[in-house]
Amino acid sequence: MFNFHYRLERNAIGFVIAIIVVASIGGFIEIAPLFTIDETVEKAPDMRVYTPLEVAGRNIYIREGCYACHSQMIRTLRDEVERYGPYSLAVESKYDHPMLWGSKRTGPDLARVGGKYSNDWMTAHLNNPRDVVPESNMPAYRWLLRNQLKTDDLGEHLAALRAVGVPYTDEMIANAPKDAIGQANPDTDLAAGVTERYGDKTDVSLFDGNQGAVTEMDAVVAYLQVLGHLTDAAHTTPQNEVE
Amino acid sequence: MISQLTGIERIVAAFTFLILICFGVAMAAGGRDDLIGTHGWVISLAGIAGAIALLRGYDAPDPSPDRLSEYYDDPSKAGIILTLIWGVIGMLVGVWVAALLAWPELTFDAAWAGFGRLRPVHTSGVIFGFGGNALIATSLHVLQRTTRARLPDQFSPWFVLFGYNLFCVLAASGYLMGITQSKEYAEPEWYADIWLVVVWVVYFSIYIRTLMRRKEPHIYVANWYYMAFILVVALLHIINNLAVPVSLGHVKSYSAFSGVQDAMTQWWYGHNAVAFFLTAGFLGMMYYYLPKRAGRPIYSYRMSIISFWGITFMYMWAGSHHLHYTALPHWVQSLGMAFSVVLLVPSWASAGNALLTLNGAWHKVRDDAVLRFMMLAAIFYGLATFEGSFMAIRAVNSLSHYTDWTIGHVHAGALGWVAMITYGSLYALTPWLWKRPALYSAKLVEWHFWLALSGTVIYVFAMWNSGVIQGLMWRTYNDSGTLNYTFVDSLVAMHPYYIARTIGGLLFLSGAVIALYNIVMTIRTPVPAASESASDIPFVFEPAAPTAPAGE
Repeated sequence: MFNFHYRLERNAIGFVIAIIVVASIGGFIEIAPLFTIDETVEKAPDMRVYTPLEVAGRNIYIREGCYACHSQMIRTLRDEVERYGPYSLAVESKYDHPMLWGSKRTGPDLARVGGKYSNDWMTAHLNNPRDVVPESNMPAYRWLLRNQLKTDDLGEHLAALRAVGVPYTDEMIANAPKDAIGQANPDTDLAAGVTERYGDKTDVSLFDGNQGAVTEMDAVVAYLQVLGHLTDAAHTTPQNEVE
Repeated sequence: MISQLTGIERIVAAFTFLILICFGVAMAAGGRDDLIGTHGWVISLAGIAGAIALLRGYDAPDPSPDRLSEYYDDPSKAGIILTLIWGVIGMLVGVWVAALLAWPELTFDAAWAGFGRLRPVHTSGVIFGFGGNALIATSLHVLQRTTRARLPDQFSPWFVLFGYNLFCVLAASGYLMGITQSKEYAEPEWYADIWLVVVWVVYFSIYIRTLMRRKEPHIYVANWYYMAFILVVALLHIINNLAVPVSLGHVKSYSAFSGVQDAMTQWWYGHNAVAFFLTAGFLGMMYYYLPKRAGRPIYSYRMSIISFWGITFMYMWAGSHHLHYTALPHWVQSLGMAFSVVLLVPSWASAGNALLTLNGAWHKVRDDAVLRFMMLAAIFYGLATFEGSFMAIRAVNSLSHYTDWTIGHVHAGALGWVAMITYGSLYALTPWLWKRPALYSAKLVEWHFWLALSGTVIYVFAMWNSGVIQGLMWRTYNDSGTLNYTFVDSLVAMHPYYIARTIGGLLFLSGAVIALYNIVMTIRTPVPAASESASDIPFVFEPAAPTAPAGE
């Protein structure tokens, strides 16, 4: 073995090839099967895609680095299931490009935060967390209420998501800006199109409490309120024993 | 700098800057409604700055042919200064974000000042800015000494250094504006990622062209590690960053993978960024500068071989230990755990090889703070790899994951291993490169050493405490069988530790500032005429000390 190495380390190209081959094996064996083994991701026929407003909210969540302190992955541990709800299934993040499972909980897990708090609470909390949770060390995101949401290019965003595998229809892509406005303005003509395209269960609300202009707050709250609600799979399929 | 380029190289440089300006202007125009326009201007300005520097030196006479009988060290010199500056910036932001967790109102109601945007400025600043520049600077120095061949040309090393730092600037300024892919340690968006690939290909070409022209029959062990660093980081970077941009005029892109496949790819990348950026590259550094400074050959050639291939093979399996108890299939979690535990063998072989090399030179470790930095780095490397294998065990991970324990572990490695070996190596290298008899102040190196050590220990102990407390509070049940603590209870318990870690970080940062001052003063102190010939001048005629013993 050492004699072989004695020869190998005299050959630069051979050494380069050896490194590439040896280093590729582990990743190949662990990653490639995840795309081919069917059981990796469960089936969830009821699963819907994110609406344009939720996509925009998700992008703001990414922009502000929320993932640095909040996970979206409930582990198969008893205390986590009791604290946050049923453990996360792979299918629940199958439209998440990229995933936001996170690696650190400076704040709590958000995988099932949707529906746990009212829109008013969410808006107040994002505007200044210490107004509703005095002990919180989360930054205040006051500009979310001030900033108008950029909606004109949401169709392009949906098209790009379709290119990586999310099943958006042509109609969804064409109506993306209108649907974003409609979802945040329930009493307008635009609202009907949202439930028509994304399902009756889609939350159409005054997320930030104001009619009319769509703010970044509308988008973030809409996104947070849908977390854990794209599919009921975690609630309907029996969960395995937790540890 | 320009006067060292040959006529052809000056033309190549001119075209490079021209292409850069064109791309920058195109991005600025095409993305005028988007943040990519701002980065277009940054790229154009970088190109214009380069072009101005080039024009000012364009008419200088061609470099003398005598240069070919000397090593080409100016890019390494610039890289050392950049390393130290990025170190201060990255660590300063680190102290700042640590303070934000204790005092969250310090954001001035500004978007760029929030924890979420500043945190990647800290991580990229120290990993890529500080660590990356240190690796480029030292690798080009070690490569020439251990092959006894000069770099193949004068332009490409400057291109790598300039291009890499442009990438770092795009990354850090992007985070402040909210440009991020959200992939940890791979946050820069698609255009910056493509640019890094271009830079990296040139970096690899320098390496391989120099190796092909080597005048030593064997490739020295430090170069194995530097090559593994360059090759595997390229592989990881390209696959993990596969994405579809919204359009050529948008910063935003959507990752090619989603959900569980994306998570596995991300942590295959993330853990091996630790392995091949923060471990392999710095082991390359250790394998050259530690024996050189100690004046001892590497203890065991065979241990070097076993640990090198062990690390190269096994690390690539270990990433899934970041995903224990998640929706990742169980078989992948188990593989990740098994390989993480076995990884302790090659890791400790490396650490042991370094410490055993010091046998016979322990009196130098006592007297010389520079060598002590390297010795301490090897010890922290051993400790952090032991802790890493331990934390990869599922049952331990159930407690440690998502808590500050992970942060403490990372900093034991980053401060204790990566930063210590870097400062030790740069302190050794600076007098050699600038042909000075010694550093400006040995006393300041002592100060730096003790500040760095105490800062690391305070930081790591604070995070161990807070992490274990946090993990235990989350899983504590009361007598009636319900969870005993709310999440906020655990957050309140963290407060004193967040202050302690800020203090630890501040001590480490003070050391980094001292290092910058000491090295700048070393360079600015004029060379004493008498000592010039006596100093360790890296000419071709000098035998590269560690090569022969390690090759047996």
